[in-house]
Amino acid sequence: MQAFLKGSSLSKNDGETSTKQKPSSEDKKRLEPWVEKYRPKCVDDVAYQEEVVAVLKKSLKDLELPNLLFYGPPGTGKTSTILAISKELFGDMYKTRILELNASDERGISVVREKVKTFAQLSASGVRPDGRPCPPFKIVILDEADSMTSAAQAALRRTMEKETRSTRFCLICNYVSRIIEPITSRCAKFRFKPLSNDILEKRLQEICKNEGLKFNETAMKAVLETSEGDMRKAITYLQSAGRLKPDEIINAEDICEIAGVVPEDIITELMKVCNNNSYEKLESAVQNIILEGYSATQVMNQLHDTIVTSDDLKDSQKSVICERLAVCDKRLMDGADEYLQIMDLATVIMAQMCNAS
Amino acid sequence: MSLWVDKYRPNSLNKLDYHKDQAAHLRKLVQCGDFPHLLIYGPSGSGKKTRIMCLLRELYGSGVTKLRIEHQSFVTPSKKKLEISTVASNYHIEVNPSDAGIYDRVVIQELLKTVAQSHQLQSAAQRQFKGTYYCFLSFSLQYILVVLTEVDSLTKDAQHALRRTMEKYMATCRLILCCNSTSKVIPAIRSRCLGVRVPAPTVNEIIQVLQATCKKEGLNLPAEFANRIAVHSNRNLRRAMLICEACRVQQYPFSENQEIIEPDWELYLKETARQIIDQQSPKRLFEVRGRLYELLIHCIPSDVIMKGLLKELTSNCDGQLKCEITQLAAAYEHSLQLGQKSIYHLEAFVAKFMAIYKRFLEEGLVEGLNDFF
Ligand SMILES: Nc1ncnc2c1ncn2[C@@H]1O[C@H](COP(=O)(O)OP(=O)(O)OP(=O)(O)O)[C@@H](O)[C@H]1O
Ligand SMILES: Nc1ncnc2c1ncn2[C@@H]1O[C@H](COP(=O)(O)OP(=O)(O)OP(=O)(O)O)[C@@H](O)[C@H]1O
Ligand SMILES: [Mg+2]
Ligand SMILES: [Mg+2]
Repeated sequence: MQAFLKGSSLSKNDGETSTKQKPSSEDKKRLEPWVEKYRPKCVDDVAYQEEVVAVLKKSLKDLELPNLLFYGPPGTGKTSTILAISKELFGDMYKTRILELNASDERGISVVREKVKTFAQLSASGVRPDGRPCPPFKIVILDEADSMTSAAQAALRRTMEKETRSTRFCLICNYVSRIIEPITSRCAKFRFKPLSNDILEKRLQEICKNEGLKFNETAMKAVLETSEGDMRKAITYLQSAGRLKPDEIINAEDICEIAGVVPEDIITELMKVCNNNSYEKLESAVQNIILEGYSATQVMNQLHDTIVTSDDLKDSQKSVICERLAVCDKRLMDGADEYLQIMDLATVIMAQMCNAS
Repeated sequence: MSLWVDKYRPNSLNKLDYHKDQAAHLRKLVQCGDFPHLLIYGPSGSGKKTRIMCLLRELYGSGVTKLRIEHQSFVTPSKKKLEISTVASNYHIEVNPSDAGIYDRVVIQELLKTVAQSHQLQSAAQRQFKGTYYCFLSFSLQYILVVLTEVDSLTKDAQHALRRTMEKYMATCRLILCCNSTSKVIPAIRSRCLGVRVPAPTVNEIIQVLQATCKKEGLNLPAEFANRIAVHSNRNLRRAMLICEACRVQQYPFSENQEIIEPDWELYLKETARQIIDQQSPKRLFEVRGRLYELLIHCIPSDVIMKGLLKELTSNCDGQLKCEITQLAAAYEHSLQLGQKSIYHLEAFVAKFMAIYKRFLEEGLVEGLNDFF
């Protein structure tokens, strides 16, 4: 009787809070950027990654799952996929069956040993509270695993071995080379490909329709070109362009500006200056690029495209330039100064253009 | 009395003196409340911070100008205590995580999480007072804005720590990241933000701001002189304003050909470069080393020193040599970023330059003699 009363009062409370929270959670939704709003809710929503989707859908039927390793560039659906499958597998028990550790959590060796181990040792039954079957294991998600030290990864390897019966691990990273071999060999590896343009476009059109946004063909094309298969970027560009110019026509230049693409004439001008063989002119041209705020990485990417397709340079010249381009790009990744690196590359281009001919 | 740069800092989006279109677009962007995280980037003194503060004001009204400085302490995993100061209003919090040096990741991990989570509770409590609390826009209390400055000097670890946080707490906190160079920001972070480029103002735009400022001060600024200051500032508005104010102190009324006052360290750097050109010997190298130390002690960033030296040195060399030296500077500045002590790399650059320059002079001499005979 007591328990019954308690139960009923609890459920009553639940009812109250949920009706109270409904409008506020809807408010919240309205305020979420579109990338979150349109995050895949189930595995079927995940676009383009057929291979992994097929495997996961099978696991929904068999209630079995291997250890997983997802890798691929940003915004291709890695985090969304594992969150979606976890929710589908465990429903409301999601919170107790999943341990999500990402780069914003402390993940040193001791944490891997203690936290992961304690979690793995909790028992997990094969039925949900509502009586439906669910897999008799828990999942540890190690998102953004590229930032784990190899020592922590090594500690993880032992834990993975010991807890295979009750726990599955899912590691997610951008660069698979940052994960130590003993771990990669224990996982089913899935590469998340950059999304193809037609898939991106289909998704974006759906969002446009849903949000009542008008987007013309050239602007759409620009979004596809600049987002480079990154769905998150594509959605952000779409939303931002729609918001920045709600009542004007959005053109390709607007998209390029949002995406930080350097206008083609600036690149052409830089190449022209290199051909002029004047250090002073080069200095001021590069200075100007920096003052305009363009990113050096972006400048190098576009220079690369220009040089590779150039008709004025011989293959041997191109190869000398590209070799230096690789060096400078690496240095930028290491945090070197943007002005100096563009200057370095540009002086090499200048030498190739003016001295070799 | 405050400096002109602070006194005349515009405080609303429609008072910004240049990039007006961008300001108008930004206003439209934030009006819907569901805007993405922002990454505001551009060269130093182009007005990024000013723009961010205007944006905050647009969102929350004048409440954001009631600032308080708070000291937060953190404990690193190795039990080291850290102190970081933050600037906050009721609506936003501003942090420079790189103040914590290599422990910046701890700051990101702890601070953002507590801010995002505690704000959740706070806004739930405040919802009861609906109406009185809400100021400008009806959604304003639902999330807190976190402004992170100098994100380009964050360690890779700290940047990784930002990634999932940026997604998880989107409903309760929105980030505005501010930096000079996006090349130093990892792709995963760039993918999570809307980039907003703030180019340096043009010379003409700087002249206009200078003229307007002087007018407000009741001063008369000759056009020619304004132009010289603007050109000299290298399109850095803050620098132009500081120079202008310093000149005002030096001499008023202004004259057309008044001398432009340069900061001491710049003169010192130029003199250092002159000494390198003057003589190439171990003794001189030793002296130059002392001078470089002096600059570093006064917190002149090492990349600024390297670029300053390069500019002065190349203006004294022949064409082919200029390119060679530029490539040297680029290589040494890179190794400097990887290493721990900047002085080694700066000194190595100077030594290498001396060797090349001396060889060049001697060859020139030999050729000159050959021509002579
Ligand atoms: N394959 C996909 N199908 C549908 N939406 C996607 C897909 N990939 C990405 N998105 C969209 O992009 C957003 C980010 O995706 P997600 O967080 O899964 O990326 P990620 O691969 O984990 O990237 P990162 O490496 O940066 O962590 C999602 O909220 C969703 O809106
Ligand atoms: N739109 C504007 N109109 C007039 N003055 C401005 C404007 N924007 C900035 N300023 C002036 O320029 C100065 C520098 O701006 P701010 O501090 O915003 O630069 P910043 O881009 O944040 O530079 P840094 O990267 O060096 O921190 C300010 O003190 C302000 O007085
Ligand atoms: Mg992810
Ligand atoms: Mg600033």
